[in-house]
Amino acid sequence: MSMPSASFSPVSLPMRRSSPFDPPAGYRFLREEEPVSRLAFPDGKVGWLLTRHQDVRALLADDRFSSDRRRVSSPVRRFPIRPDTPAVRAGSLIGMDPPEHTRYRRMLTRYFTVRRMRELAPRIEQVVSEHLDAMERSGPPADLVPAFARPIPSLVICELLGVPYRDKATFQRCTSTMLRLGASEDEISAARDELWQYMLDLVAAKRQHPDDALLGSLIQTGSQDADLTDERLAGIGQLLLAAGHETTANMLSLGTYALLRHPDQLCALRADGDLVDGAVEELLRYLTIVQFGTVRVAREDIEFAGRRIRAGETVVASLAAADRDPLQFAEPDDLDLARPASQHVAFGHGIHQCLGQQLARVEMKVAYSALFRRFPRLRLAVRPGEVPMRDDMFIYGVHRLPVAW
Amino acid sequence: MRIQVDRDRCRGAGQCALTAPALFDQSDDDGTVVVLDEQPPTELQEQARRAAALCPNAVIRILANVPRLCQRPATFS
Repeated sequence: MSMPSASFSPVSLPMRRSSPFDPPAGYRFLREEEPVSRLAFPDGKVGWLLTRHQDVRALLADDRFSSDRRRVSSPVRRFPIRPDTPAVRAGSLIGMDPPEHTRYRRMLTRYFTVRRMRELAPRIEQVVSEHLDAMERSGPPADLVPAFARPIPSLVICELLGVPYRDKATFQRCTSTMLRLGASEDEISAARDELWQYMLDLVAAKRQHPDDALLGSLIQTGSQDADLTDERLAGIGQLLLAAGHETTANMLSLGTYALLRHPDQLCALRADGDLVDGAVEELLRYLTIVQFGTVRVAREDIEFAGRRIRAGETVVASLAAADRDPLQFAEPDDLDLARPASQHVAFGHGIHQCLGQQLARVEMKVAYSALFRRFPRLRLAVRPGEVPMRDDMFIYGVHRLPVAW
Repeated sequence: MRIQVDRDRCRGAGQCALTAPALFDQSDDDGTVVVLDEQPPTELQEQARRAAALCPNAVIRILANVPRLCQRPATFS
C-alpha cells in the first residue's frame, strides 16, 4: 500500500499480507502513525479507518454510530454491502440498531447461552469423532478443510437451526459466493436470491410441521408475535446459517495450520489439555479472521478520538489490527497459548458482539483437542508456502489444508 | 465486594457466564445475565473483575467493599 505522507490524506485499506498469520503490514504503520486515518473506499467516498484496540472498542460501544448496512460503504467493494431491499434486510439483526436489534437479539440469545452450548458438547464430540474416523479410513493424506473443518460446524449449525444438512451444497455455494471479494454484483444477487428462496421454502415447510430446532421453536413460541413473518424468519435463518458455518470452519483449519507452524505451542497444548480454553482465545485473537473489520456509520457529526467524523461517513474498525495492538497485548505478534485472559475483539464488541460465540468456543475446544489426540503426528503434507490462503474472501483462512499423520 | 448488573443493557453475549460460572448465569427466557452471588467470596473476586472487564456492553459494576454511605463504583480496568 502507499503510505500516507501527510496527515488527513486518505489511505486505501491494507490488503497485502507478507505472512499467512499476520495482518497486512500497513496496519502496523497506521496504528503507530495515523490510528484514526482517512480511508478511501472503492465506491469513491472517503471515511475512516480505526486500528487501535481502544478506539475500535470505543466505536463499537458508541450508540452514536449505526449498523444500518444500507447506509455504509464497503471497504472492499464498489457497490453497497446490502442493497435497500426490505425482503433481504428482514430479520438480519447484524444490520439493525436498537430498539429493533434488541428485540431480535433477546429473542435469539436464549438459544446460544453458555449453558446450552455446553449441553451440545457431547453431540459435537460425536460429530467430530465420526469425521476423524472417516479421515482415518481414507487417509493419509487428507485435505482438512472438506474432511473436518467445513463439515463439523456446518452440521452443528444445521441441527441447531433445523436446516437439512443434505442441502449443504446449495447453501455452502451461495454463502461462498456472497463472501468472495471478486464476485460481481449480479453473482452476489443471484446467490442471495437463491439462498433467500431456499430459506423461505424451508420456513414455509416448518410452519406446516414445526420441529424443536431453533426455527421451528421460533415459529411455535412466536406464534402470538405478529412480527415474526416468514420473511423475518428466513432472514434470521440465512444470517445464522452463513455466520455459523463459514467462521468456525475457517478458525478450525487456519488454527490447525497456525499450531502446526508453532510446534512449541502445539507441544504445550498436547502436554496440558487444560490449556485448550486459553488456546482458543489466543487463536481467536492471533488470527482474527474477520479480516476487513466491521463497519459503522455516523448518525450525526461526532468528535471521536480527537477527530471530527461527519454524519453519514463510514468508519471501518479493523478487528485484526486492534488484536495486534501492543498497547493492549504484550508481544502481540507472538502466538502464546498461555497468554492471560484478554479483551480481544475477534467476536466484535458492544451490542453486536457475536451471538454464536459460545457455540464457536465449544466447537473449537472439542475439535482441536480431538484432532491432535487422534493424530499426534499430524503434519502439513505440502510446503507451508503452498497452502492457498483466503486473501480473496471476507472471512480469512485457508482454501485447502493438505495434512498427513 | 458487591456485584451490580444493568439487565436492560445486557445483550447476552455470555462472557460473564463463561468467565465466572459460579457468579453469573444467563436467563432461559432471553439469555440476559443472572447474578448467582452478589457478594462473591474473596477467591472469586478476581473472576468477577475479569467478567466485568470482558462484558461487551459494560453491564457489570463491581462495587468496592466500602461503608454503605460512601459506596462508589470501582474502575473497570
